[in-house]
Amino acid sequence: MRQKYFTGRLLMIAIAVFLYLPIVIMIVFSFNSSKSRTVWTGFTLEWYSALFRNELIMSSLYTTILVSLLAAAIATVLGTAAAIGFSRMRRGTRQFFLTVNNIPAVNPDIITGVSLMLLFVFIRSVTNIELGFFTLLLAHITFNVPYVILSVMPKLRGLNKHLFEAALDLGATPIRAFWKVILPEIMPGVVSGALMAFTLSIDDFVISYFTAGSSVQTLPMTIFAMTRKRVSPEINAISTLLFTTVLLLLIVINVAQHRDQKKQKQKQ
Amino acid sequence: MRRRVSFPYVGWMAVFVVVPMVLVLGFSFTSADGGFTFENFSEMTKYAPVFARSIWLAFLSTVICLIIGYPAALVMSREKPIVASAALMLLMLPMWMNFLLRTYAWMSILENNGFLNQLLGALKLPPVAIINTDGAVLLGMVYNYLPFMILPIHTVLHKMDKHLLEAASDLGADSVKAFARVILPLTLPGVLSGVTMVFVPSVSTFVISKLLGGGKTMMLGDLIEMQFTGNAYNPYLGSAISLVMMVMVLASMTIMNRFGDGEESAVMM
Repeated sequence: MRQKYFTGRLLMIAIAVFLYLPIVIMIVFSFNSSKSRTVWTGFTLEWYSALFRNELIMSSLYTTILVSLLAAAIATVLGTAAAIGFSRMRRGTRQFFLTVNNIPAVNPDIITGVSLMLLFVFIRSVTNIELGFFTLLLAHITFNVPYVILSVMPKLRGLNKHLFEAALDLGATPIRAFWKVILPEIMPGVVSGALMAFTLSIDDFVISYFTAGSSVQTLPMTIFAMTRKRVSPEINAISTLLFTTVLLLLIVINVAQHRDQKKQKQKQ
Repeated sequence: MRRRVSFPYVGWMAVFVVVPMVLVLGFSFTSADGGFTFENFSEMTKYAPVFARSIWLAFLSTVICLIIGYPAALVMSREKPIVASAALMLLMLPMWMNFLLRTYAWMSILENNGFLNQLLGALKLPPVAIINTDGAVLLGMVYNYLPFMILPIHTVLHKMDKHLLEAASDLGADSVKAFARVILPLTLPGVLSGVTMVFVPSVSTFVISKLLGGGKTMMLGDLIEMQFTGNAYNPYLGSAISLVMMVMVLASMTIMNRFGDGEESAVMM
């Protein structure tokens, strides 16, 4: 039995090393004083200050955050409304719409990307709308909504239908009943859908690459362009900053959840 | 009455999901001068080696992920809850870092004067030329998609009733038999979901092959990307290849669902 545990742990450690080795190397070399990616020449913070002076990186970071916030917000409203409507439909109709809804989630990213590009190029040929921030936003909303719906749907299924009717019987308008009764019940699904949409948007490269045109760039697009030129320790500096941000966020969320659970236990 | 609130999104889907799919279908059968043609598909036969290499590499990466991932998920499920959840955190954390950056980091390990060869040199071993080969691309795929294999298997193992194993041993099954007759069938939906989640991005990637394959090992994703963004702009051929890829993905998913015997929920995760 001991022996079994040992080999099991060894496998887990090996996987951890495999997963983290590149990340550790990248973090260490973000402090390297020369441009070499493989030879250590001394400690510097130069790449971090260069990063903030780099207008391309800063403007693409701004684009990424703006498009992710807007897309997540719009997709959350659109998706939550759609999920509520779908849940009221007959089974066959609902199944049909959910299947169509799943297409962007199931398709490889590259296909979603090129198919939207075809649409936007077509739109450009009949109107004056160029590929740019607007088309990028439309594309992000399109691939975000399916995930909002997938996370709101189960909450709606678990909802007691009579609650809404009870609220109406007690004199609430349908809109008030929605805000006071339905929304609080499905809120966890809405929030996790919104968070998922935001992270998907922040992280997306492939779909943005095909739909943003040449006038705007998201941060992943800038990173891709930089990796093609093969010189830029600033990439290591951004990755380190992003990685630490995510790490801190996850720690904060986990600690908060832990505290919540403790509080709830105490209440009980 | 509240059905109406879904109408805006139904309209959205029509414009941004259905129309683009119709455009891909239409472009596949259109020639450069706008007429109907099958030429795009006959031209595709030139690229048979690219299809073969993509499918082969994606298959290998799926198999390797399964060989590493299944035991890993099994080990995780046997650990104490605190260790298991820490392992889960460790597994998900790299996924929060942009995959371009993680793949880029491998370039400095694998390149000719990279860390791997520095280490081999220090050990007085001959250097290996791995960057810009299929091997490097395969490594990049396994690295990026291994968590997609472990997570769904872990989820089904986590939900599994542990008493089933006790029952199996009470009924006289040894651990091998209990694994083959109880654990394996019950984790099958997780495995199938993992297989799709590794195979689909592997077969369609163009980033990993560009960064680690150095553009020398062209894959399906590169081929499509070239038709839409490169100098060889040819959305008709690009659409035809996309269509074939989509049919391939759908077919493999249907087969997977058959095997899963209606366990759709697990496949969707």
